[in-house]
Amino acid sequence: MKQAPGVSIAIIGSGGAGALTSGNFLLEAACGAGWHGLLTRSVGPQIRGGEAAALIRLAQHPVECAADRFDLLIAIDWLNAGRFESEIPLGPQSLVVGDPEGGAVPPGIAASGARLVEIPMKAIAKALPEGRANMIALGIAGKLLGLGADLMLEVMNKRLAEKGSAAVAASRAGLEAGRKAAAGLPLAAEPTSSKPRDTRRWLISGNEATGLGAIRGGIRFAAAYPITPATEILEWLAPNLAKVGGVLVQAEDELASVNMTIGGSYGGTPSLTATSGPGLSLMIEAIGLATASEISIVVVDVMRGGPSTGIPTKSEQADLNLAVYGLHGDAPHLVLAPQSVADCLITTQWAVFLAEVLQSPAIVLSDQFMGQSRAAIERPADVAFIGQRARANDINGDYRRYALGATGVSSMALPGTPGGQYTADGLTHTERGVPTGSAAEHCAQLDKRRDKLEHFSYGDHWANIEGDGYLAVVTWGSLTGAAREAISRARAEGIAVRLLAPRLLAPVQPAAFARALEGARRVLVVEQSHGAQFYRYLRAHYELPGEVRVFHRPGPLPIRAGEGHQEIRNWSA
Amino acid sequence: MSTAEMRQVRRPGDYRSDVKPVWCPGCGDHHILLSFTRAFAELGEPPENIAVISGIGCSSRIPAYTNCYGFHGVHGRSLALAAGLKVTRPDLTVVVASGDGDGYSIGGNHFLHACRRNLDMTYVVMDNRVYGMTKGQPSPTTEPDFDTALSPGGTGLSPFHPLVIALASGANFVARAFSGEHKETASILVDAIRHPGFSFVEILSPCVTFRPDERQWKTMVRPAPVAATDDPGRAARRLMTDDGFNIGILYRGARKPYRPEFGRATADLAALEKEFEL
Amino acid sequence: MTRASDVPEISSLADLFAIAYGIEIDAVARYELLADQMETHNNAELVAMFRDLARAEGLHAEEIRRLAGDIDVAAHAAQLGAWKSGDSPEEADLNAAHYLMTPWHALQMALAGEERALAFFQRILDTAEDPGIKAMAAEFVNEETEHVELCHRLLRKHQRPPDSWSHDLDPPGGQE
Repeated sequence: MKQAPGVSIAIIGSGGAGALTSGNFLLEAACGAGWHGLLTRSVGPQIRGGEAAALIRLAQHPVECAADRFDLLIAIDWLNAGRFESEIPLGPQSLVVGDPEGGAVPPGIAASGARLVEIPMKAIAKALPEGRANMIALGIAGKLLGLGADLMLEVMNKRLAEKGSAAVAASRAGLEAGRKAAAGLPLAAEPTSSKPRDTRRWLISGNEATGLGAIRGGIRFAAAYPITPATEILEWLAPNLAKVGGVLVQAEDELASVNMTIGGSYGGTPSLTATSGPGLSLMIEAIGLATASEISIVVVDVMRGGPSTGIPTKSEQADLNLAVYGLHGDAPHLVLAPQSVADCLITTQWAVFLAEVLQSPAIVLSDQFMGQSRAAIERPADVAFIGQRARANDINGDYRRYALGATGVSSMALPGTPGGQYTADGLTHTERGVPTGSAAEHCAQLDKRRDKLEHFSYGDHWANIEGDGYLAVVTWGSLTGAAREAISRARAEGIAVRLLAPRLLAPVQPAAFARALEGARRVLVVEQSHGAQFYRYLRAHYELPGEVRVFHRPGPLPIRAGEGHQEIRNWSA
Repeated sequence: MSTAEMRQVRRPGDYRSDVKPVWCPGCGDHHILLSFTRAFAELGEPPENIAVISGIGCSSRIPAYTNCYGFHGVHGRSLALAAGLKVTRPDLTVVVASGDGDGYSIGGNHFLHACRRNLDMTYVVMDNRVYGMTKGQPSPTTEPDFDTALSPGGTGLSPFHPLVIALASGANFVARAFSGEHKETASILVDAIRHPGFSFVEILSPCVTFRPDERQWKTMVRPAPVAATDDPGRAARRLMTDDGFNIGILYRGARKPYRPEFGRATADLAALEKEFEL
Repeated sequence: MTRASDVPEISSLADLFAIAYGIEIDAVARYELLADQMETHNNAELVAMFRDLARAEGLHAEEIRRLAGDIDVAAHAAQLGAWKSGDSPEEADLNAAHYLMTPWHALQMALAGEERALAFFQRILDTAEDPGIKAMAAEFVNEETEHVELCHRLLRKHQRPPDSWSHDLDPPGGQE
């Protein structure tokens, strides 16, 4: 099957070899040459010295999913590399560069049909002062990708400057030696010349984009507890919130994190926390409190393999049920899901906006694939999604915090506002916030909280709806990129397929969904969940026209465009 | 309004809402409410500048009985709610109200870290050595031989020393009060609120319904035999040998309160975005 | 625990009036609180009792204000800030309340209050040197003596309840 244009490289190594560093430099150099790119990484369980793989896909268009196959694999060593076999699919067109001293080639890789070449990277490095094998590997990669030496050096100078001139010199020597060693090997891509600096493009990870989107949306307080794979959001927010006058507090656990977030919001500051599945489970009670007491908060869940401790370093889409159904009682709230690294920024910003306007918690379902990947993206537009909470000022007389009204949104008095005193409560309450067990009051407030979400106009942003055709692919989150690519390959073969990827998962949008699928007779649901959570969610809340098929599997392996393409083909015969 | 105008002479009644407490007649918490309102009146802060944050339990009902801003949160998490509020609104006077169940059991972890964090707030635990709201189970401060339905014959577990824990965790002010002496309690609360950093006040508050034996407390409490110390070591020795009935301020520390920088921007969004530019 | 109550010096007639007035006003507030508690606990008979007692104390306060003539007793009382620790003499003991309490119990509380007030004014009468203060103290002693006798008279109309007065057939209700 023909692969879409582009090239995929993997660099692997263990024991502190520096594979990830090389991968990052390569991505930066390639993007500097005008490529679009996506770097994901795979690691062993060790904190340091483990086996690591930098997986890079480059293309002339924005990259949002993994390739079907890798063109080039450079293995600084083969120790424990069997772990990466299924993540680095190879074929007869692939080139594998290994080190004769690197250990045994994993059987799966040896049997892939790829051409195997040996370059003594370790020995070459040893011969250079402060030489490192990963720089040799980088030199090889750069040469085979057609990246100019000067471009590679520019990245080196920028990134290693703080390590001193000796380090820079050693790296330059390593790069040159690597380029030389790769002479005679077939190029994986056409040579490109370096382009002028392009500040319209960014290199950013999903987690960084999430943090930036939060700040753009107005977040100025975050309380959080570290957890893989969300920790980088916190690492980015801590200094950057401080720069804009905000603050991040590390709490003692997730229970404290989410409650502090609520406290910050109660005082008037847009507030956020970020976690992963196990943390979200802990936070659910407090998210219910925020729902009942109508407090705006954003909770980012960077989904990872589950259940329970699961596979912390891998991606999955199986927290959907928890996010939409996890709260006890009837507690409608917002659930959103970004679809790519770039979308992490926009969707998080939108989540802040919605949470503030609707005085509701918003759960943002990101995932490890997007969160910990770095991608070249177009500089995001300055979208005016800044949260505007309805505030009660100049209160004369009878203030009712939870007053019923047309929109369901009631104004909030911030502490310090005279006359606005009320006690926010998780207990069912009257319009004045007084606890009650009355059937009428309970219903009235349940209606209010449901209606404020359902009556709001979310606009086109609620989903990406593309193309036309009687076959519709319905997916969400990080699988959107793979689905889009699968569809474009099918379209090139004359198969008309449409894509529907909701960004707003809750509250559901039945009318808009029905419009999007009008005329469709076959629905292919694609998701990364063992229990097909998304499919069942769609079944519960939406009309699915015609026949439905579900292509689902759990993590840890990404669902690739080629697989989606094959499913579409099979159903279009 | 100037500070002087804001601190006009106020009466305790100004701080009371018109919601009638549902605590059992005879409950110590009625006195504690008097102490709260009396203390607030003495401090002179306008009611809208005070936030009373609570968890779940009989004691946690108190915010709605005051005329201040309040938050009746979920069980055990009042200190976290309060921390988020205080960090972002250092202008407010934040008082946290809890009970021995909410504060020492489910809230135990947050108790340790709140003392350690030392934000400028006051934590009041109304200790009645029982879970009142759920009908009488033992709490972490209940005596080992106290017979209950869930622990027939008593738990057999030693109660722990909340004041020692507070001190060891870094609380900057540790006091014990007795609800029955509501004016002395008010005075301790004023001191606690004025003292910078995390102030912990445990108030013994008899439960008339599930611990009628606690009626005796009024004959057992005594003024602490020595004045408050600022030496944590000395305070630790005193508190470890304390029989639980010494009333007064026991420790007054000099730790600098934690007040993270908030509200002062030194860069704009464009500066943040520069690091991503290719 | 016994502590010496922080009663301010009575150095003038105005002080005496103010303190006497304060005692009644405190008593009113305290009885109203108790009435509220009885109201939330559905003890209608005691709601009426405590509201009546509050009203009675209110009348006493008015009487003192009248007696004081030009002296602004309310302002003076606020300024004096008496009773820095403990309840003032006629403030009923909150700890003695019970949701099943009977009128007999309320009257016992009232009696205790009046007796404390009587003792207080008696002490002033015994120790004051100023004739004006002494004379007024004597008035107050007479007043309080009448109140004590009234309590006794009312108590004779109410039987002491049996030991089972606080038995509640229903189990307690868990709330949260």
